[in-house]
Order: sequence, then C-alpha cells, then structure tokens
Amino acid sequence: MSGQQGKGEEERVPMWQLFYDNIFLLLALGVAIPVVFYTLWGVMELVNLPVWPK
Amino acid sequence: MSVPTAFRTCPTTGLKVHLPAENLIKANAVVAVVFFLIGVAMALLVAMTRWPAVHLLGDEFFYRALTAHGINMLIFWIIFFEIAVLYFASAILLNSRLAAPKLGWLAFALMLAGSGLVDVMIALGKADVMMTSYVPLKAHPLFYLGMILFAVGALVGTSLFFATLVIARRDRTYEGSLPLVVFGAATAAIIAVVTIAHGAIIYIPTMLWSMGIIEHIDASTYRILWWGLGHPSQQINVAAMIAIWYLLGALTVGAKPINEKLCRTAFVLYILFINLASAHHLLVDPGVSSTWKIWNTSYAMYLAVLASMIHGMTVPASIEVAQRRKGYTKGLFEWLKKAPWGNPSFAALTLSIVIFGFIGGITGVTFGTEQINIISHNTLRIPGHFHATVVGGTTLAFMGVTYYVLPLIFRRQVVAQALAKIQPYLFGVGIVMVSLGMTFAGSYGISRRHWDITFAGATLQPAVDPTVYLLLGIMGIGAILAVLGALLYILITVGTVLAGKKTG
Repeated sequence: MSGQQGKGEEERVPMWQLFYDNIFLLLALGVAIPVVFYTLWGVMELVNLPVWPK
Repeated sequence: MSVPTAFRTCPTTGLKVHLPAENLIKANAVVAVVFFLIGVAMALLVAMTRWPAVHLLGDEFFYRALTAHGINMLIFWIIFFEIAVLYFASAILLNSRLAAPKLGWLAFALMLAGSGLVDVMIALGKADVMMTSYVPLKAHPLFYLGMILFAVGALVGTSLFFATLVIARRDRTYEGSLPLVVFGAATAAIIAVVTIAHGAIIYIPTMLWSMGIIEHIDASTYRILWWGLGHPSQQINVAAMIAIWYLLGALTVGAKPINEKLCRTAFVLYILFINLASAHHLLVDPGVSSTWKIWNTSYAMYLAVLASMIHGMTVPASIEVAQRRKGYTKGLFEWLKKAPWGNPSFAALTLSIVIFGFIGGITGVTFGTEQINIISHNTLRIPGHFHATVVGGTTLAFMGVTYYVLPLIFRRQVVAQALAKIQPYLFGVGIVMVSLGMTFAGSYGISRRHWDITFAGATLQPAVDPTVYLLLGIMGIGAILAVLGALLYILITVGTVLAGKKTG
C-alpha cells in the first residue's frame, strides 16, 4: 500500500468507475436484462397465445 | 513474503505464471486445436457439396458433416480456446494463482467427455440434427447428455475465472481497475453464464423428450430458449476476440487504448445488451409480437452494435498512435505502410478487424431489421455473415494470439516461420471468398441448409440464376484456400508444441 496520503486526501473514485469495477454487479445485470427482456417476455407471449380450438 | 514454488517468472514478459494454470491453458488449447481439425475436415466436405460443380456428398452424409462442422467449430473449438483465454486473462495477466485447479481439471474432463460423446453420436448417425437441433428433429439422448456435460464443464471453468478475479483482488496482485484485456475477458465470461444457463434449460427437457419421458416439446419455445444459447455463444466469441485485439495491439506494436474509459463503456454495452440480439433469429417466427422483436433487435441490439463500432475505431486508432509515436508520421498512411505485416499475429489482427467489421458487422446489422430479415432468413446470406464474424473475425484473432501463446506458455519457438507469415493471409483471403460467395448467392435466394440447390426431382423446380453457380464456385475455391490456411495453422502449432526449440 502506498500509505503516503491520509484517507481524506485520497482521490475520489468516479461513480462510473466504481460501477465498471464491480464485476459481480455487471454479472447480475448482464444475466437479468436478457433473461427479462428476451427469455421471460418471449416465453410469456408464447404461453399467452390462444390454443387452437379442437 | 515468500513466493510459492507453484509459480515461474516469464523471462520475456516478467509475468508470474501459475504452473497449474499454465497446464490447464495448455490442455484446453491443445484440445481446442484437435476439435478445430475435425471442424476443418467437415468444412471441406460441406463446402465441396455446396459447390454444385463438385456436389461431393450424398444427402445423408451432407447433413451429418454439416452437424459435425457446426458443433465442432462454433461450440467445441471456440469454447475450449476461450476457457484457455479466461485462465490466461485471470491467472497469468493478473499475476495470480488460479482458483481451485482441481476443479479446472474436472471442468476440462466434463467438457472433453461431453464433446467426445456428441461427436461419437454424430459419427454413428444418431444425431443428424444440425447444430440447432430444432425439435421435432430428434437425436439420441446421449447427444443431448454430451451437450449438457459440456455446458456444465464450461460453466465450472467460467466460475473459476470469476473466483480467480476475487483471489487476485484480495491478494492485491493488481492495482486499481482490472486491465482492459481482463475486463474484456470478464465480459466474455458474463455472456457465457447467460449462454450456458440457456443451454442447460433447453437441453435437459429435450434429452428427456428424446428418452420418451416428456411427450412434447413446443417448437416455438424451444427456438426462443435454444437461441438464448445459440446466439450468445457467438457473443462470447466477439467479446473474447476484442479482448484479444487489444492484447495483440499491445504485443505487436505496443498499442495502448487512447481512451480506456470509452473501451470499457463499449464492453459494458455488450454485457447489458448484446444477448438481446438473439431475437433476430426469430424475426420471422409467428408466435412472438412485433414489439418484442423490435425492442430486442433494434433498440437494444443497436447499443451493442455501437459498442462494436467503438472497438472497431479504437483498436486501429491505438495502432496508428503507437506507430506514429515510433516516427512513422510521413503523410496519412506511413504508419500503416510500415506496420509489421510480416508478423503473423499483426496480420491476423488486422484481417480479423477488417473482415469482422466490414463484412460480418454490416451484414449482421441488416439482418436485425424485420423487413430485410424476411428476405434473407434461411438463405446462404446468414452463413455468409457468420463465417465473416466467427471465422474471419474470431478464429483469425485466436490464430494470431496463438503465435504468442506458443512461446509464452508452451515455451517453444514457433517452427516454419516463413509459412507462419503467409498463414493468416491464406486463411483470411479464403474466408472472405467463402463469406462473399455465400452472401451473394443467398441474395439470389439460395437456401441456407439444403443439400441440393437445384432441388432435383422436386415437383416444383425453383429458378436458379446462372450467376449463383459462379458465386458458389468462388465460395468453393475460397473454402479450399481457407482449409489450406487452417491446416497450415494446425501443422505449425502441433509442430511447435512437439518439435519447437525450447525457449527457456
């Protein structure tokens, strides 16, 4: 560790960088977005199709 | 702090190399090349059948070879190589130990058993279902079991990548943010999780259906879930390929991204939006609404396309800046003229960018539009597109990085360097001819998968424009060149591993 500066003087990490550095948050979003918009939405549309009358 | 003996220091890069990780990288890379060889052999058979002047195979063997070609190339070759890339990017580039190498070997064994099972089933004629294996086409249950085993193994390998990132951060083997190449590999790993999960969700019930335990699988639902595997599996390639572009830029000319924030933003756009593009395979399917199609393939997909355009600009820009810094500043293009064209890795990088961007990218974006998709769907335009992205883009990039992996990981000097210099050009020119021949023949309405373009013996004879025969001839000659380039790559890599001079 550098240990040269006090905590208060440490450079603030930009919010976007914190977001980009959080790989597990990106993993959660990267799974959730396609599952919701592509998979679940698509399957729900198929499930709600009317059944062909016998 | 004592350094564990499980590490060696690379004399060229100074990187600390975790030996168990190195062994896993070697194993995955070698097996990847073996599956590549199978895929190449099948490619030749398929191309020589689709070339009407040759029309080599009968219908049964054509579909068998097509199934083997698709699965070995698009799944086994690429994913084995990508697992090697993930271990390299996490353990080697971060100077870290690989998490749980024994689990890595378990993952490798599962993937090998699964892929072997699939190939045996295809060879026995029990799985002539092509890569998509659309129901109601039915394969032997062991085919689906093989795919499931492979998917589970790949998921374990991907999990080790994430675990290694945690270890590296905890052990402070790097400062600040992940290096860009590792961030790109992380993007590929995140996309892989979505891909493999969809594979498990669809292949488990399909296996039960083929065993007779489940009575019916809905074809539309199968297609949605299967394309949650099929398309993202190619997006893993895109992310891994672009990570390799940045790596090769640095290794070949010392390029550094001119704006790393922008490059990271482009990777994040991939993570968030690229998998939605799976919907463009379903643009002519009747079950899903236009709203679902337009949202997923237009608004969302264009954000991922934007990401590709950013990478397509930033990588060449970083190369130009690096070259100009070396003093190649005369005129507009001295930097390009004086680039190391004799370095096979640089040649592969450049061809990969051009073929992926100009042929693969442009064709792919147009297919994402409903109006164009309706006329291009299930024509040869589709394989024309993905041979430019996956083969001209990803495979060429993987070939390029191999020429660095051989001395750095296998510690062998590349043999037959004169042949290595021409190999990317031979392969690249061949695949451009394949891609353009297919794309333009597809524009004349030639079917994507049919064994015989003339539909000989059918009651209704489709009109085939004579130009198509010329275009498919270009495709056939291109395929021969590409196969020669691929065989040269295999010979050089195998020759280097077995007989290359040791580098220390």
